[in-house]
Amino acid sequence: MPKPIQSIERASAVLRLLSGRTRRLSLAEVAGELGLPKGTVYGIMRTLLSVGFVEQDPESGKYRIGAALLHLGSSYLDGNELRTRALNWADWLAARTNESVRLGTLHDGHVLLVHHVFRPDNSPQVLEVGALLPVHATAMGKVLLAYHPYLAEDFGNGTLQRFTSCTITDPKLLAIELDHVQEQGWASSLEELIEGETSFAAPIRDRQGVAVGAIAISGPTERLCDDAQPRPELVSYVREGARTISRDLGAVPW
Amino acid sequence: MRDRYVAAIDQGTSSSRCLVFDQQGRIVSLSQKEHEQIFPRPGWVEHDPREILRNVIEVVHGALDTGGLDVRDLVAVGIANQRETTVVWDPHTGEPVHNAIVWQDTRTDALCRKLSAEHGQDRFRDRCGLPLATYFSGPKVSWLLDSAPGLRRRAEQGDLLFGTMDSWLVWNLTGRHITDVTNASRTMLMNLETLDWDDTLLDAIGVPRAMLPAIQPSSKIYGEAGDSLGGVPIAAALGDQQAALFGQTCFSAGEAKCTYGTGSFLLLNTGNRRVLSGHGLLTTVGSKIGDKPATYALEGSIAVTGALVQWFRDKVGLIGSAPEVETLARTVDDNGGIYFVPAFSGLFAPHWRGDARGVIAGLTGYVTKGHLARAVLEATAWQTREVVDAMNADSGIEMSSLKADGGMTANNLLMQFIADVLGVPVVRPNVAETVSLGAAYAAGLAVGFWPNVESLRANWHKAAEWIPKMGEAERERGYRKWKKAVQRTLDWVDDDD
Repeated sequence: MPKPIQSIERASAVLRLLSGRTRRLSLAEVAGELGLPKGTVYGIMRTLLSVGFVEQDPESGKYRIGAALLHLGSSYLDGNELRTRALNWADWLAARTNESVRLGTLHDGHVLLVHHVFRPDNSPQVLEVGALLPVHATAMGKVLLAYHPYLAEDFGNGTLQRFTSCTITDPKLLAIELDHVQEQGWASSLEELIEGETSFAAPIRDRQGVAVGAIAISGPTERLCDDAQPRPELVSYVREGARTISRDLGAVPW
Repeated sequence: MRDRYVAAIDQGTSSSRCLVFDQQGRIVSLSQKEHEQIFPRPGWVEHDPREILRNVIEVVHGALDTGGLDVRDLVAVGIANQRETTVVWDPHTGEPVHNAIVWQDTRTDALCRKLSAEHGQDRFRDRCGLPLATYFSGPKVSWLLDSAPGLRRRAEQGDLLFGTMDSWLVWNLTGRHITDVTNASRTMLMNLETLDWDDTLLDAIGVPRAMLPAIQPSSKIYGEAGDSLGGVPIAAALGDQQAALFGQTCFSAGEAKCTYGTGSFLLLNTGNRRVLSGHGLLTTVGSKIGDKPATYALEGSIAVTGALVQWFRDKVGLIGSAPEVETLARTVDDNGGIYFVPAFSGLFAPHWRGDARGVIAGLTGYVTKGHLARAVLEATAWQTREVVDAMNADSGIEMSSLKADGGMTANNLLMQFIADVLGVPVVRPNVAETVSLGAAYAAGLAVGFWPNVESLRANWHKAAEWIPKMGEAERERGYRKWKKAVQRTLDWVDDDD
């Protein structure tokens, strides 16, 4: 067997390090963590940048995993497949939280509703499957954007459409919010799409760890929040539901 | 005190599953394992009963592990099983003498034709509620006893036991040779009025009484499981479709459900009344809870629904997974004029024609794979329509909405199309796993985990509803074409096939 190629080994170590972090890393941090000279890491990073496997933030100069790498090996998951695989646990989430449940995927810059479970109180409700929702004003949309940073960049210019007085319309504020979502692993929409309605969402990940969808509960703010703060037990149920579906899709538990 | 739970074993046609439920009827955890489908010849379908037993024990432990539970957290285990599938085993060794003959298997076609030759297909209907068809267990047992020398003699001496899957599992778990009354009602060997084995039927079909299990209520402590399941009480058994009727909380006369799986099964609770069908439906036992009188049901059985999607996936290869059929079907707006009648093993309700085989009618050069996918899905809806019409005619009650459950309820296009062709809303309950839920309910009732059936109704919640959108003219035109396509499946099988 021929000897392993050292530069590929080192490039792989860089990618592994970046993919394990939610925040961007500087050249010095990468070099420090890997115990390599900065010059060596710089050369590797330039090459990875040129093929799109890493991306550099123009302001801070820090690095993160690039979109091309996220696409690589991530199989497209059919929305109908996702609904089928999630059916039991979406029901479970509705029964646990006593709220309606929705599943969404990204579709042409919107959240496409692929599944909807009624609030289990036998009140009249209408099936919303197939509806398109704005990404920046929904909890599902924020989750999907936070885990697909290359898409979030499309929202970097201009102002975002306002739906309520709480909608985040400044792209800079949205970017801060998305960093926060990525760190905490879930998102909320506190009356940002519809007055009086709150929603919590968490990512559904596939075998490659890619967020292929989001699952959310929605309902009146007074039921989902205490003193304008998300009720932690409801958030836990959403995250547990998302984790269980992800595990069924083959994701490694996190 | 720790929370307590009920587990349900759903021993199905393609897989064995275990679901654990809490007192509110909510799913706590789930585990499942598929087993091998054995096709020795065209039309023959077998399972290995030993593989199924191993899988059942494995999935119970799997579900407990997933939920972070121990077998001591369970108050009881209930069983729901694929019906009619027939096992014959030697009680001294515990070994089956043959693979299980599955309900879909048509090897008893000649025997059934022989039995119906003089007196017609309905000669036993007033006793057992069923027409003579390859579907039911009695003829399968008889075929099996004649398949090798000496088997019939051993059966007569009590050295062989017969059972459907519930019996096989309960015998292996508790050592008791019993069956529940709903499973027994699918053998063609039980008298629907006495709820006991019927000597006339046994003699005519050729099954020795000595090999039969004792008929028990659906909800009752049959015994405690051995070491494999840590001594937990086995407290319920129902045929899977009766379990689904129970899980949908259709406890009163007039309540109905349809479960969409490999096949699809529409059951209407008729209370304490045995309604004998004039339109090709089956009369069956719905449930028997402890010492209470049995509840009867009318059933419309459709052999091939989800199985058609699986066939489309595995044998045609136009889709990679079953849910993708919806994606492919949505690439077109209609069926392109084609109708797919999947009479793969003849037609079940309301036709009961063993001589039918599948057709795709209306093919033209215009038709694409998207139209094929549509026709595959629409076949399930049109077959439902035929059964609903028969049920309305037999019961004299117009169905005002359909409670649907089962895996295919994940298919939105299909559920909408069913609502369209029936012209009534289709609703799905919050727990789509009604087969397991029904077995859990029956087991929980037996051990007092739930006080009575009324307490279970509060657990039923609507999770989705599809409202009909199709116009009357379009619906009737489509139905007319479907019926013409059905006519074209008939009289295909010849005597020398």
